[in-house]
Amino acid sequence: MTEYLLILISTVLVNNFVLAQFLGLCPFMGVSNKLETAMGMSMATTFVLTLASVCSYLVNTWILEPLQVEYLRTISFILVIAVVVQFTEMAVRHTSPLLHRVLGIFLPLITTNCAVLGVALLNIQEKNSFLESVLYGFGAAAGFSLVLVLFSAMRERIAAADVPQPFQGAAIGMITAGIMSLAFMGFTGMVQV
Amino acid sequence: MWMNLLLAIATLLLLAGAFGALLGYASVRLRRDDDSLVEQIDAVLPQTQCGQCGYPGCRPYAEAIAEGDAINKCPPGGEATIQSLANLLDVEPQPLDAEHGEEQPKRVAYIREAECIGCTKCIQACPVDAIVGAPKFMHTVIESECTGCDLCVDPCPVDCIDMIEVARGIDDWVPPHPADRPLTHDGPVIATDQRPAEASA
Repeated sequence: MTEYLLILISTVLVNNFVLAQFLGLCPFMGVSNKLETAMGMSMATTFVLTLASVCSYLVNTWILEPLQVEYLRTISFILVIAVVVQFTEMAVRHTSPLLHRVLGIFLPLITTNCAVLGVALLNIQEKNSFLESVLYGFGAAAGFSLVLVLFSAMRERIAAADVPQPFQGAAIGMITAGIMSLAFMGFTGMVQV
Repeated sequence: MWMNLLLAIATLLLLAGAFGALLGYASVRLRRDDDSLVEQIDAVLPQTQCGQCGYPGCRPYAEAIAEGDAINKCPPGGEATIQSLANLLDVEPQPLDAEHGEEQPKRVAYIREAECIGCTKCIQACPVDAIVGAPKFMHTVIESECTGCDLCVDPCPVDCIDMIEVARGIDDWVPPHPADRPLTHDGPVIATDQRPAEASA
């Protein structure tokens, strides 16, 4: 039980995917201008990341390993992620138009989010079990959501602040992200997984 | 060596084939039947977004029709829209419900710019963002965007917005009513060529 809790803390805070492992930086900079869109992106990413880590674990354990073609991992995971995202989009559109309106435009964007492929590959590298993979994916997404929402809240404030001209726009965003990453380094060593 | 290569290719092909089949099945199975009806109804409606039907725009009305609301609540569309809705839904066409307004020729809003005080009230009222302007500066209407919905007329505090009838082009030309056509020759050729007033005189 503690083990699972540690995985969550590790992925959300210590080895945060954005600020410690620098994965998924494009949506981190791209959709963090508004809190509302950041929330939508976070929810969609959480959904897809958890699902994709489950599916890629299954494909790896039941197809790639028995056939001893582990070297096809990257390409088949890309395939899995693309299909999962596409299928999720169809299913959500069919079952809940409301949810589709919230997540709709973000779902296709997530296909190209490197954090998704990163989680799938890291799961294999760390030899996680099924449940651990699920938690790892969910934790990674929760960490991504946490920093994305925090960052977008900060950027909304910065947009109204009196920033010196050379730092305006993306520059101050980069600096803020850097400082945030430094702050998250404070969690290093909190848990050892 | 060759076995491995073939195995890899077969695995990938199998995976891709399975996923492709899954997606293909899903796209057929999970198609939005109910929503595609809404899309079709929405395509027939005139997209004036005027709200005369009692719904806040054309799409909400399309959704209401799909759920069984009456099809005769759209004055800007008029007879033609009711007819095509009746065809689409396979129901009897009904006359336009007068409660929601009368059918009028297509019109666009025109702001008498000299009188505009720049209050931006019409900009907020416009459902299609067809009015440009800024506070305390004159506003004007983008004619190609205006749907002629009348919603900007009421909010204007100085009544400087006119609804102007659009001149009919070659696409929506209708022949003039015979009774209004001036007679080009002197006398009546047959008795029915006479106008009623002349005939009685």
